Parts: sequence; C-alpha cells; structure tokens
Amino acid sequence: MAYTLTDTGGSRSFPVPHALTQNAASAGDVAVLIGTGAGAAYRAMADAASRAAVLIELGTECLGVHTGEDRGKEGGNALGFARFRLGDADPTNLVELVKQPATRPESLAAAKAVLEGAGLVVAVCNDFPGRILDRLLRPYFNATLRRLDEGLASAEDMDTTLRLGLGYPEGPIALLHRTGLAAHHDVTQALHEALGDPAYAPARRARVAKERTQG
Amino acid sequence: MTIQTVAVAGCGTMGAGIAIVAARAGFRTLVYDTRQDAVDRARAQTEAFFRKSVERGKLDAAKLPEVMGRLTGTTRLEDLAAADIVIEAVFEDLAVKHALFAKLDAVCPPHTLFASNTSTISITEIAGGSGRDDRFVGMHFCLPAQLMKLVEMSPGMNTSAATFEAAWAFCKALGQNPVKTQDSPGFVLNYFLIPYNNDAIRLVEQGVAEPAEIDKAIKTAMGYAMGPFELLDLIGMDTQVLLCEAMHGLTHEPRATCPALVKRMIAAGRLGKKSGRGFYDYKDAKMFGA
Repeated sequence: MAYTLTDTGGSRSFPVPHALTQNAASAGDVAVLIGTGAGAAYRAMADAASRAAVLIELGTECLGVHTGEDRGKEGGNALGFARFRLGDADPTNLVELVKQPATRPESLAAAKAVLEGAGLVVAVCNDFPGRILDRLLRPYFNATLRRLDEGLASAEDMDTTLRLGLGYPEGPIALLHRTGLAAHHDVTQALHEALGDPAYAPARRARVAKERTQG
Repeated sequence: MTIQTVAVAGCGTMGAGIAIVAARAGFRTLVYDTRQDAVDRARAQTEAFFRKSVERGKLDAAKLPEVMGRLTGTTRLEDLAAADIVIEAVFEDLAVKHALFAKLDAVCPPHTLFASNTSTISITEIAGGSGRDDRFVGMHFCLPAQLMKLVEMSPGMNTSAATFEAAWAFCKALGQNPVKTQDSPGFVLNYFLIPYNNDAIRLVEQGVAEPAEIDKAIKTAMGYAMGPFELLDLIGMDTQVLLCEAMHGLTHEPRATCPALVKRMIAAGRLGKKSGRGFYDYKDAKMFGA
C-alpha cells in the first residue's frame, strides 16, 4: 500500500533510515507522520480526512491529545504508533499501534499493512498512557531496583534468576543499566503523573541517576 | 552425606517434572501421592516425555527402560523411608505441608533431608512444623521443571550449614543450576512474577489490549520466551489465585492482589492449559515439552 511520509525531526522510532522511511511515495492513501512534531503536523494536514489512514508517531502522550476526544465515541482514520525503545538502546521491531473506540476497521487494516510491509511487528492497543509495554514493564523495573536496595539478592543473582527462571535474554538490572536508568526515570515519572499509581513512582536508583544527569 | 534415593511427594505438574529431573540424573526416584490415579497419570506423562526425548535424540532409546526403571510410584507414605531426601511438591497450604512433614518425620530415618518446592511460603515456617528444621531446605524448581534449569535454594533460619551444602551439591548432581536466595516471600522469581502477571491481567481488565497482542508485544520487544498469558495458562488460574493469596497475605502489596478476572475465569472453567481453555484455547493436554 502506497504511503507518504512526513518527517518533523527527532523521531525516537526512526532515528536512522529504515524500510518504512525509505519506501515512502510522493502520493498514497496512507500518511505517516514521524518525529516530535507529528501531532502538530497532523493538525496542520489539509487532506487528513481523505486518507485511508493517518499514522501519528506518539511519545508518552495519548493519541487523543492530537485528535481530540468525544465521550468515548472518538476515532476515525487517525491512529497513533511508536516503535518500542528502551532509553539509549536501538528501537525494537515492535510497533504499538494505538486505536480509539470508533477507529474505522479499514483504517486499522491499512495502518497494519503499511507497518508490516516495512518488516515491523504490530501489536494493537487502545489509547492509554504507557500503551502495552511501558505500562507493564515499568512497575516491574521499579520493583527490581527497590528490592536490590533492600538486599533481596545481589544484582547478578537477581538477573540470573530472572533469566534462567523466565527465559529472559537479559536480567532487569543489567538491562536498565545498559539502556539508561535516567531514561527509565523519565518514562516512569510521566506514567506516575498520568496514572497516579505509586507502582510507577521512580525507584530511588532511577532518581539518583536522573539527578546526576542534571548536575 | 551421599544422596542416592530421592522421593517426590505430590504428583502434580511440578512433582512429575521434578521426578523426571531426578530419574534422568540417575537417582532412584520414589513418586508419592495419596491418589493412585495421580500416580498413574504422572507415570504416563513421564513415559511420554522420555519417549519424546528419544524421538528428539536427547535420550538413547536403549536407556529408556533403565530410566523408567528408576521410577517407582506409590501411595504408601511408609515407602518414603528409603529416601535420602524428600522433595515436597503439594498444595501451597501451610497446614497441608505441616501435616505431610509431620508424618514423614515419623517415617523417615534421621539422616533424610526434607526439601520444599514451595514458591511462596516461608521455608522457616514450613520447617517449623517438620520436626527437623535443621535438616530442611527450600528447593524451588521452575515450571516446567523437566525443562528449566533454575532452582532457587533458600535456607530457613535453623537450617544447618551441612544440610544446605548437601542439598546444594545434590541440586548440582541433578544437572540443575542452583541460586541462593533469602527466605523472603516469593524468593526472587515469584516476588517479581506474580505481580507482573497480575499487572498483565489488569491491562486486559482495563481494556488496554487483548492477551494475544500483549504476549506478542512482550515477546517481540523484549525477547522473552513466553508472554504473560501463555505462562498464566500453563500455571493455571486456580494456582494463580493461591499464589496471589499467599503473596498478598505475606507482603500486603497491592500488585499481589488477585485480579477479579482470574476468579471469573475459574468460575467459567477456564483454568488454562489443564482445562483446555484459559486465555487461549488448547486441543490436547500433553505435558509441556513433550
């Protein structure tokens, strides 16, 4: 399916060229908007309503911030998306595709076709803070950091237990240190503010790492 | 001390898996349950597993009779008197475990070590009702035990150093990978896993995404071997409730409370793989990995 691409700069999903960014056409039924200004670009689009689907790259915000909401009846041809990425690590192949209550099925299908056509794996979710992965992983990450402070086990033993016990390729402590504790702080802090759930409050070690980046 | 004969008390999914590990490693293995049908089912599943191992080239066909010959099923607790170590894998209920160990203490000779495969209950508390808390150790195998190498080993407050060393050496002789953890609720694995699985269920309850989409996301993005709903179906909703009740009862942490959806699924008969339907549908009841 042919699609156009608008790159507003600073995309976390596509920091380097990718099949999705390289195979865009000058005209197409689907519009893909990437970068930190994707939402503003959507609102400035003159032909948004005529497209089969418009894909808006999201940060930590909800899709409704860009489309507006209407008592649970919102939705049409606009979808949000983001490639999952932990801190400084490369983006993964997983795209969270965000729909709204009244998103048109044909728009969802068109969006999936474009993303999967570029070799990405698509998981569909509704429009909630943190989508699937940040929503599920950040409390777990915070708990591992807290229990490390409390002396449940050494970092190495906790990582080994979770790798061998659950088939994880990397333990959570090593993963957070590799991808950036300060970056974890920023995401979980945003979710704590959005959801009000104490499980998302940044763990002490994440706060320390963030404060050190601020001098 | 030298361990030659292993007894596994409880023929559920975990007990049968631990018995496979012990027999495969060359130990004479007694498998005990109060119900003959449970003993028979465990033996059938074990034989099916080993036959599959032969098909996959992981076990020499000529050795199959020898390996199966090491396994003896029994419903007579007195038969466990021959064991050098008894690994308990019964219901996660402190009173049930205390009752079993009190009987075993009367039956087994003084040198027999007692181990519990509990995933949530304090080793010190279970050992307190065993009559030999100095010869008691936590040995938490992971599901499915016949495939997973990790064993969380936890000493209770009164476990002797010699007991822990003997159990540690035995665990290595099983071909497993022991990790030492504190005697803390859920040890390491379940302390993190139970709330994480509950969080995943709450995403479904709250309409964030469907189970299959969540599993796909976590496996693709994180490289995890299983998604939370695939794992929950293997654990079973009935077991998840007990795990939650045990963990929440000990920690009082909100994330450990059992989501309402789990109880509705139990009422609907959707226990997971064991009942043929959980978050996914299943067409057979073969043991995982068979």
